[in-house]
Amino acid sequence: MENKDKMRQGPVIFSEYKQGEAIKKILTMSREDILFELRESKLKGRGGAGFPTATKWMLTAAAKSDKKYVICNADEGEPGTFKDRVLLQEYTELLFDGMVIAGYVVGSNEGIVYLRGEYQYMYNDLLKFLDEMRSLNLLGKNILGKEGFDFDITIRLGAGAYVCGEETALIESLEGHRGEARNRPPFPVNTGFMGKPTTVNNVETLCAAAQITVKGGIWFREHGTDKSTGSKLLSVSGDCNKPGVYELPFGTKITELLEIVDAKNTKAVQIGGASGVCIPKSQFDRTISYEDVATGGSIMIFNESRSMIKVLKNFMEFFVEESCGQCTPCRVGNVKLLEGVEMIEHNNYTFSYINKLKELGKTMQVASKCGLGQSSPNSFISILENFRDEVFNSNGGKHGN
Amino acid sequence: MLVLEKNSLTEEIEKLVEKHGNNRSSLLSILQEIQQKHSYVSDFAQQEVARLLDIHPVEVFSVISFYAFLNSSPKGRNIVRLCQTITCDMHGKEAVAKAIERELGVKFGETTKDKKFTLEYVNCLGMCDQGPAMLVNDKVYSKLTPEKAVEILNQIK
Repeated sequence: MENKDKMRQGPVIFSEYKQGEAIKKILTMSREDILFELRESKLKGRGGAGFPTATKWMLTAAAKSDKKYVICNADEGEPGTFKDRVLLQEYTELLFDGMVIAGYVVGSNEGIVYLRGEYQYMYNDLLKFLDEMRSLNLLGKNILGKEGFDFDITIRLGAGAYVCGEETALIESLEGHRGEARNRPPFPVNTGFMGKPTTVNNVETLCAAAQITVKGGIWFREHGTDKSTGSKLLSVSGDCNKPGVYELPFGTKITELLEIVDAKNTKAVQIGGASGVCIPKSQFDRTISYEDVATGGSIMIFNESRSMIKVLKNFMEFFVEESCGQCTPCRVGNVKLLEGVEMIEHNNYTFSYINKLKELGKTMQVASKCGLGQSSPNSFISILENFRDEVFNSNGGKHGN
Repeated sequence: MLVLEKNSLTEEIEKLVEKHGNNRSSLLSILQEIQQKHSYVSDFAQQEVARLLDIHPVEVFSVISFYAFLNSSPKGRNIVRLCQTITCDMHGKEAVAKAIERELGVKFGETTKDKKFTLEYVNCLGMCDQGPAMLVNDKVYSKLTPEKAVEILNQIK
């Protein structure tokens, strides 16, 4: 769309791609061939949970139904994430081609993009792009002349709810309900949108699938590590001179990343957004990968001048606001954790109570119904553990007098 | 509300239901269009939507109350949403917020007396590399300074 000439550099997603390339290629491929390439690639979901994409598509393909859906999760609400914004605006063809391929593989003729309400400004451009695809016969009936290959895409807007990034909450929202997560199982691959088999994929996953279809699973696997193949788009923000979206192979060390984005005097890196973990300087040799520090793409950098308790307070306020209120561990737990942070801020705490709150956080991780409550204590626990000295013992240990 | 106004609103909602389809999954799209045009979804509008979709009005209200971008009481004609997430905060959100509050004479969470602006905080807008950022209605503005933010708001009629 815009900024077309502003070419980004990257090994996989940002590598060269011509509109329709993947769709042309699958005209001669069977569904099994594509699934084979995907399985070879070991592509995992890029939203953060890391479920193998080939398995998800295979389960949806195997489900028996007259109607199936492909949903693109473009509800990136994780604080510090903006890679999908770049993909939606600059790599639109890659995303939509990826959806067509998903439709072909799982046997669906309807795709839905769930676009977060905050990105409404892209809505009209995306509709225009879809119209162009229809005129090129890359969408619609008998795509590129292949008999019975029908697929079309609609775009639906979210309305400002972080929890709708969770796939079952997203489906609830599409069905016209409050965005409250469902019990799983049944999983969306069997019982999804309108009770039909549905595959819900992140924007980046669909883009990667389109590239894999063209270039093959082996090519994809050449990048990254054994367990985390390919590359990851990282949204880098905070205290650095070159914030932005970077595509780096999995297995990149935090120190290497900091060098690339020109960050100085870094004290901490929050990886995975508010629901991720906070890594202190002593652990900067850890790598970004599913087996070490997993992330949906959010990297926030804090330098020496930042107060970690203030950062933590910002995160906990976020979760209190965004918890849907459906299950108790998340609804009440986040409020309690925030109160704990405020106690620390006002030097009005006891260590035994803070330790109890950490236990509460661990309970929330197992007892919450969806990913929001399961991951919201991560930053609470990791910041209080990793920055103990700053939070509790600064001021010569006289903090709390 | 005048009978005439009610009738025209009913007609408008009927058209929306026709456009998006007479089923529950159209609810959000219908409410979003009403919200966009009237800046809120009134009690009467909620009842009409419920009647046409054949669901209970409470269901409609429960959906409106869930989503941050839908509301059941009137707001200003323009909604200003300033990102409060940490990276925007680190890049000077507070100064921008104060400048806007001074200029418009209301605090965040409030609406100006002339109903022109409603100020709200919002969570991550996905502009973290260009913070501080704000949405005015559906337009996004980034790399704000106190001066620039006020200038943007002054240009809105």
